[in-house]
Amino acid sequence: MSDLPPPRAAIVDYGTGNLYNVRRACQHVGLEAAITTSPEEVLSADAVILPGVGSMPEAMLSLELNGLSDALRTVAGRGTPLLGICLGMQLLMEEGSEFTRHAGLGILSGSVVRFPDRGTDGAELKVPHIGWNAVGRPPGSATAWRDTPLEATPDGEYMYFVHSYHVVPANTESVVGVSRYGGIEFCSVVSAGAVFGCQFHPERSGSQGLRIYREFSRLLAGRQHSPLR
Amino acid sequence: MITRVIPRLDVKGPNLVKGVHLEGLRVLGKPELFARHYYEQGADELLFVDVVASLYGRNSILDLVERTANEIFIPLSVGGGLRSLDDIRAVLRAGADKVTLNTAAVRRPEFISEAARHFGSSTIVISIEAIRRNDGGYEAYTDNGREKTGLDAVSWAVRAVELGAGELLVTSIDREGTGRGYDLELTARIVRAVPVPVIACGGAGSVEHVAQVLETGAAAAALASLLHYNVARRSRAERSEFSPHINLAHLDQPGFAKVQDAELPELKAHLAARGMASRPLPAHV
Repeated sequence: MSDLPPPRAAIVDYGTGNLYNVRRACQHVGLEAAITTSPEEVLSADAVILPGVGSMPEAMLSLELNGLSDALRTVAGRGTPLLGICLGMQLLMEEGSEFTRHAGLGILSGSVVRFPDRGTDGAELKVPHIGWNAVGRPPGSATAWRDTPLEATPDGEYMYFVHSYHVVPANTESVVGVSRYGGIEFCSVVSAGAVFGCQFHPERSGSQGLRIYREFSRLLAGRQHSPLR
Repeated sequence: MITRVIPRLDVKGPNLVKGVHLEGLRVLGKPELFARHYYEQGADELLFVDVVASLYGRNSILDLVERTANEIFIPLSVGGGLRSLDDIRAVLRAGADKVTLNTAAVRRPEFISEAARHFGSSTIVISIEAIRRNDGGYEAYTDNGREKTGLDAVSWAVRAVELGAGELLVTSIDREGTGRGYDLELTARIVRAVPVPVIACGGAGSVEHVAQVLETGAAAAALASLLHYNVARRSRAERSEFSPHINLAHLDQPGFAKVQDAELPELKAHLAARGMASRPLPAHV
């Protein structure tokens, strides 16, 4: 076992902002991670992290132009662990906003919608949703976080969000975390097979967020040592 | 809504500084030590403002941002003297999550759109520094309150959001550093006028002041004196690592009596008592 090299993660760089703090969080928990624009490096990595800040159409265009969208679909199709963060989580879905009708990567079925202008109480809702918010297991699914990077996280833990859109997965079983903004319940974590996405930024969520990176790294190491690999 | 409390650290070269009305800056200590302290105490975000960059056109803050980002895992906003997309890229690369823009945005408003398109609206915070006019309105200023713009602060706020700002940082220069409380009217007017979150800044002298400004609908409160002087005073008493090269004689002058001493856990407890939700404190606090 000990002669296996440590797992290497690829952080996908497609021209948007904050990759550096994702890499810092990986380094902090001892996960080897390299920022890359290369589809080959994405295909050869033991795990892939798709971060992102910005708008979905521009991000998709950039992924397509750089040959990264096919690489990401291939990686997801063969079961390599894939972690989508914020816009990176939204890009996993098959379609974007109902207004623009642009396509996402289509790795998960479902759509991405914008928060409405008003909350459930009729009061104006400030969008983007920026700040700390609780992330809970969906009602009636006590084991939803088992074998996911959330395994060590307590139900209702606060994480840091910055977003105007949220995902609506078609398969409700893939919704493993929910949060509320303006009374509106939205999917804040998706998980399906080796694909995991979170709407919040674990790399900006203090020790609670670093714990998610630590679990992700631990799951990778366990997977690498598994005879099934 | 879950409120946010954001320590604001004004930085001049290697030092954390604090003034009154953004002037008369005094050195309080090393910014990274204050930043780490606030991170450990449960700050929701941090805001660094390079107070001289806009005047002399330099960005000495990158090293500080990088050192801070290596050990602090909460959002970090950085402003002061950012004039181009390359400037923004450099600050984000160093570890900032958001940038605050004022002078460059006032000079060329399309810069807001360009920056939002490149980095995402939520990365672009427009900083509005306002002074109350005799007619009861507010005028926006640039260069840390030195230059008039002729722009009505509320109209400028609306325009900045239309151009792509994801968040606004609204500072009352009249109140800044005085401990007399936030300018509640300025904050409320801008909160009502824009659909994005507003961070109120300038004037916090007590934990109740923070509660009052959050009641206006501000999504977050930025604060400096309320937290910094406490840390600086205590470190002076303890002669701890916070203290080299700092001059705190002014803290004993009557003008500073308005600023209470407070720590973040005490502030959050006060907000909770006033029925305002915020992120629970880290387990070790």
